[in-house]
Amino acid sequence: MNLTSLTIDSARSAVQECKTTALALAEAHYARIQKEDGQIGAFLTLCKERALEQADRMDRLVAEGKPLPPLGGVPVGIKDVMSTRGVRTTAGSKSLEKYVPPYDCTAVARMEAAGAVVLGKMNCDEFAMGSSNENSAYGPVRNPRDLNRVPGGSSGGSAAAVAADMAVVTLGSDTGGSIRQPASFCGVVGLLPTYGRVSRYGLIAFASSLDHIGPLAKTVKDAAIVLRTIAGRDPMDSTSADLPVPDYVAELDKPVRGMRLGVAKEYFGEGLDDEVRQAVESAIDKLKGLGCEIVPISLPHTSYAIPTYYLIATAEASANLARYDGVRYSHRARGVKTLSEMYRRSRDEGFGAEVKRRIMLGTYALSAGYYDAYYLKAQKVRTLLTRDFDEAFRKVDAIVTPTSPTAAFRLGEKSNDPLAMYLADIYTVTADLAGIPGISVPCGETREKLPIGLQILGKHFDEATVLRVAHAYEQA
Amino acid sequence: MKVTDQDVAYVADLANLDLTAEERTAMLRDLNSILDYVDRLNELDTSNVAPMAQVSDRYGVDQSKQGNERFAYASREDILEGLRKSLPHEVALENAPDADENFFRVPKVIER
Repeated sequence: MNLTSLTIDSARSAVQECKTTALALAEAHYARIQKEDGQIGAFLTLCKERALEQADRMDRLVAEGKPLPPLGGVPVGIKDVMSTRGVRTTAGSKSLEKYVPPYDCTAVARMEAAGAVVLGKMNCDEFAMGSSNENSAYGPVRNPRDLNRVPGGSSGGSAAAVAADMAVVTLGSDTGGSIRQPASFCGVVGLLPTYGRVSRYGLIAFASSLDHIGPLAKTVKDAAIVLRTIAGRDPMDSTSADLPVPDYVAELDKPVRGMRLGVAKEYFGEGLDDEVRQAVESAIDKLKGLGCEIVPISLPHTSYAIPTYYLIATAEASANLARYDGVRYSHRARGVKTLSEMYRRSRDEGFGAEVKRRIMLGTYALSAGYYDAYYLKAQKVRTLLTRDFDEAFRKVDAIVTPTSPTAAFRLGEKSNDPLAMYLADIYTVTADLAGIPGISVPCGETREKLPIGLQILGKHFDEATVLRVAHAYEQA
Repeated sequence: MKVTDQDVAYVADLANLDLTAEERTAMLRDLNSILDYVDRLNELDTSNVAPMAQVSDRYGVDQSKQGNERFAYASREDILEGLRKSLPHEVALENAPDADENFFRVPKVIER
């Protein structure tokens, strides 16, 4: 048995049925990381002691003849924006180079309570700000399919680790596409849950009204298992919804025949690569072949999503990142004489170029005289974008689009042009702004063997439908 | 040009950033290019549109309830250790770049 090519269920049952042990699974993944990650750069920190202790706990359950929990013994990775007690958490930033959180993120705690073995922390763009993983203070991540290409971002390490079999599943975060776009670039499944479905407690904040935690996985079923594990009300996050969590796994195999799938022309316009278009159109044909009804729809405000997103996200970021002042846990500059000098020099040294750019843009958009013209305007357009989806979901059950206008681009290709980089998120930011769930599922390759992703968007709190369509497509 | 050198200096000051001369030049260029792009929002008439600050007050809550009532599930008794214990003093100070046994230590606040 190849221990590093397993899904959640096959890994868990291999341990349960004593075909291997949780310890052997963890060691096999560490060996694979040792061998592969030197050239990929997906992991920032390994927490071997914590992992082996948890693996041992799972092996003892088996020895006692007890059933393993749903993720029992499954090796996972956690994006380094989620706090892990006693394990360094950097958010890809120099400002948190030495930060060791005193508590666990709720999603991480729920994964471990379900038996998951946390191998380590995944590389990402600094404070999750980026679409290529080139903004990490600890170096880029390379795409396992082609080492000269980016893995996407900001959850680049989380996507690359799953693609390269260095973890069975990982957790990522998505504020403008940061789970779905890297999943698409690396050829894995990436799920954005509804805003409020998964607690954000312990997630290092980028833009609080847009931040989401979700899984990156090898299969849609694995994504469903992880969502079932981490979803649900958490008193520590007042925005986590007080709604029951359905059994997403049990719903997967329900038929999709008769389901109405919207295809919005705005997602197939200028800038969409021909090969991506063809792959997504054949995916849509395949869904039609499964008995889905394809319904042409319009989401008329789509072209306003990127400007709306970059005003709201940066405004919220400028407020959230004010806490990195060098006083309590973030980097402090040496040799400073006054408090004000300490703040400024610590932030200058601790933040990278893109983070500074976004803090500046957000501060400008919130500043006296510009608030109405930029921030308030963007919030109003956010209403219009959300209404587009409300309207569309009166006619359809889900919407299918490309995840990204292109396959993975080359390292350095867009790093000097912030605007070009922002446009890589053109099909993903809309779901974050509206708060709806979405998934990216692999739907073929370009001639250069680069993965292409199909995005499926659903109604608020209707992850079950999104997962069901994705599963049907994947299995067909 | 929407943003000037003075604007960059003013905003950097608000954001507690110093920025090198090179960074300021790059910032001037990038902010102007991004703001030019976001200008397309003005094509839309939003005079009768309400702003949307968050998702949670519209979806996943009981729409028949008003205002704070919708979020009654999120409130709790205002009591000591209502959700969990506060961090012990020494744990809260563990990540501090400089601290004594009781406080975070910083450079002098009042300059004379």
